[in-house]
Amino acid sequence: MLECVPEGKTEHTTGKINPAKTCQPIGAMYASLGIHGCLPHSHGSQGCCAYHRMHLTRHFRDQVLAASSSFTEGASVFGGASNLKTSIKNIFKIYNPDIIAVHTTCLSETIGDDIPNIIKQSEIPEGKIVIHTNTPSYVGSHITGFSNMCKSMVAYLAEAQGETKKEQVNVIPGFVNPGDMREIRRIVTALGVKLVMFPDTSGVLDAPLTSKYQMYPEGGTTIAEIRDSGNSEVTLALGAFASNAAADLLQEKCGVTGIPLKLPIGLKATDDFIMAVKDWFGADIPKEIAIERGQVIDTLIDTHFHYQGKTVAIFGDPDHVIAMTEFVITMGMVPKYVLTGTPGKEFEATVTKMLDEAGITGSRVKAEGDLFELHEWIREEKVDLMIGTTYGKYIARTEDIPLVRFGFPILDRAVHPLMPVVGYRGCLRLIEQISNAFLERRDRDALDEDFELVL
Amino acid sequence: MEESCTLPRAATACIAERQDSIQTAGKSRTRIHCADDSLAGSVSQRACVFCGARVVLNPVTDAVHLIHGPVGCATYTMDIRGSLSSGSELFRTSFSTDMKEKDVIFGGEKKLAACIDEVVEKYHPPAVFVYATCVSGMIGDDIVAVCKAASARHNTDIIPVESSGFISGNKVVGYRAAAEALLRLIRPKEGGTIEKTQKINFLGEYNLGGEKWLAERYLREIGIEINVAFTGDSTVAALKRAPSACLNLVQCTGSMHWVAQNLERTFGTPYMDVNFFGPENTAESLRRIAAFYDDTAMMERAEALIAREMARIRPAIEKYRARLRGKRAAIYVGGAYKAIAIIRQLRGLGMEIALTGTQTGKADEYESMSRILSEGTIIIDDANPAELEKFLLEKHVDVMIGGVKERVLAYKLGIGFVDHNHDRKDGLAGFEGAVRFAREVYVTTCSPVWERARSPAPGGEAHAR
Repeated sequence: MLECVPEGKTEHTTGKINPAKTCQPIGAMYASLGIHGCLPHSHGSQGCCAYHRMHLTRHFRDQVLAASSSFTEGASVFGGASNLKTSIKNIFKIYNPDIIAVHTTCLSETIGDDIPNIIKQSEIPEGKIVIHTNTPSYVGSHITGFSNMCKSMVAYLAEAQGETKKEQVNVIPGFVNPGDMREIRRIVTALGVKLVMFPDTSGVLDAPLTSKYQMYPEGGTTIAEIRDSGNSEVTLALGAFASNAAADLLQEKCGVTGIPLKLPIGLKATDDFIMAVKDWFGADIPKEIAIERGQVIDTLIDTHFHYQGKTVAIFGDPDHVIAMTEFVITMGMVPKYVLTGTPGKEFEATVTKMLDEAGITGSRVKAEGDLFELHEWIREEKVDLMIGTTYGKYIARTEDIPLVRFGFPILDRAVHPLMPVVGYRGCLRLIEQISNAFLERRDRDALDEDFELVL
Repeated sequence: MEESCTLPRAATACIAERQDSIQTAGKSRTRIHCADDSLAGSVSQRACVFCGARVVLNPVTDAVHLIHGPVGCATYTMDIRGSLSSGSELFRTSFSTDMKEKDVIFGGEKKLAACIDEVVEKYHPPAVFVYATCVSGMIGDDIVAVCKAASARHNTDIIPVESSGFISGNKVVGYRAAAEALLRLIRPKEGGTIEKTQKINFLGEYNLGGEKWLAERYLREIGIEINVAFTGDSTVAALKRAPSACLNLVQCTGSMHWVAQNLERTFGTPYMDVNFFGPENTAESLRRIAAFYDDTAMMERAEALIAREMARIRPAIEKYRARLRGKRAAIYVGGAYKAIAIIRQLRGLGMEIALTGTQTGKADEYESMSRILSEGTIIIDDANPAELEKFLLEKHVDVMIGGVKERVLAYKLGIGFVDHNHDRKDGLAGFEGAVRFAREVYVTTCSPVWERARSPAPGGEAHAR
């Protein structure tokens, strides 16, 4: 791998080398899968749809179904209207979903297909729904696409029935794993508050094997629930990049108060999330949650000397990286390099502020970066640990740095989509992974005379 | 446990228009309908032109592969194949022009030129492949002109690959785009001549899990040197020596027949179809290659090698055959040549074939497939998951051989699975590969997990059929 690193220090000027992001449609597809009985539909070439399904399948190790408009040269010249109409007709006839969630691709965006109009002209059976979102691949990243689809769910479906609100909370969980969504539901339910969470891929992409193969598994937020989100008192938007847009629209459209929060990854962010629910609804913190938090504190104390003062490179999606940066600061580590591929000035501002408050200097923070740059930084000055996606494994190997896999995508390990990183239980799991990464390394590097039983 | 299917049971094809794309061996009188575009709105397993071009060229190890388009196309194809390299690992690095909105509006040619300049300056590669994608094709970026200017500027081969995704939903068109790029690369410069040697080229061999090295070892023992493979573990310099070979072997016909025909026309090099999947195919291929040289000693060496290797793997194959006899298999892979090879291998393990299908098979290939299959086997072109599901359950399949998207489908139905796609990481070719394949089929077919899945949960019902 070493010979792939160019000689000397090189400034990166244009384009991307080893991108740290991917394109909008896959995010929209993932969000759509969190609606019950939904078939995502990719309005573009077949390749996009195949790639997105494959990529999601490799991460979640579960079936991802989505249809495509199967563009050909003809569609590209004359517009994709007839392809989309035919698709909608065929999908309802053959696959019979409750709802089709259409997202665009760079091709249909460039052609300029007017999706809402095409949907209006399509044959939609009684009681069935078609929603859409625009996801040009040349804007933003997969997180933008996820955010856009969440926003479209609100635009198409959320309704306020009147002035009075129900005593329930909306949670927009962000681009997290089904295991994380399941954990968020468990926490809110434990607090005794009725929850509307959308999208929700738990029970879809982590569904148990059942004797009945179902094209549309039991999980996912129902259309009725998304409609009802307009009647909730408050929306907790977890992660600004993935969730704020939908929460803002809910506030504007249905008068539901939106509260922006970090993804509840790490101690402080989980505290903030739980306190937001507690403060708004006057909920009591149940004993099980209090115990879990106490266990996190206890574990931090038990393990602090393994990672205290170690330098870390954190990379991946912005909401994940922001929350993780906060957590490693809490743990006493130094986030030396913090990078996301997703564009957005507020990323740099948020992370820089956290570093300043912690009195950490000499770190590098970058939005819209790529892994080439991260590697260049690491070559300049090494770190003790990397936290991020599978794409970091080349750097980890070349520079011989342990890598804790975190975020999306993880393509070379299994089981992770079912194991939460959010909440206090997520904290324990992350502490275990981070701590063990250092201990594994110590064992590996120890001379025979230093190889210890007890660490 | 009743069979359950998400589809109406009555229909043979789930979509009326697809009726002609599904056949039953021995019962159908018409030719199978294939190789046209997928239906709009179907959950097809097919990909696009760019995808086809990318998988063919990706194993060129020391070239820069620069993808001109928005970032996604580069991300999804980053280090996508299990192709191994004996030298440079540069092909695993992902380069994208990362087109933005303003590039789409004002054209992306300037940015492309700047990206080419940057990668050449940073990496000094012997060649750069520049891939067109949907958007760069749609807005009319002239990548041919940009590449030409850049080639002159840097005195390096900057090769355009005309692989805009929307041209077709059929990967084969992408194979052609890649083939044209390769031919452009190997065309001798003005006044350049090529000396013929006794070496051979190996077309359509991508060195998945080191498969090219395996074939190379066999051929070397017989006394034959591989000049270069297209494109497994190839370098730009080695590819340029391709015209010097005396024979072209073609393994993956879908991607390389056209190249072989071209090389024959241009350089007078004959070609021969070979197949190294399964012990019989491997033996047959080695014999035919040795026969080409018309050298008795060489043929004797080939026979000795075949006899030795066959004897060496027999006990292992026998062991697996004893376990697998009578089990039912389904095959759904990209190309027909691969499907036919797998049919032979599974038969060699004593298994029955319940279903065979491909994404890119041609009518005559389906006919030859139909001839070797027993009556009642389903043959299907461009299947969608619903169809696959239906037949897997109906035919009581035990194991499926397919690609990444079929894996989860099989698992959900409680059926074993072996990956035979181009992103495989372990070689399945040659004699050693035959044992590995048999082992993989055995491991998944005879795993105790299916037993657990089919027995009832405490106080409940079974998880799978």
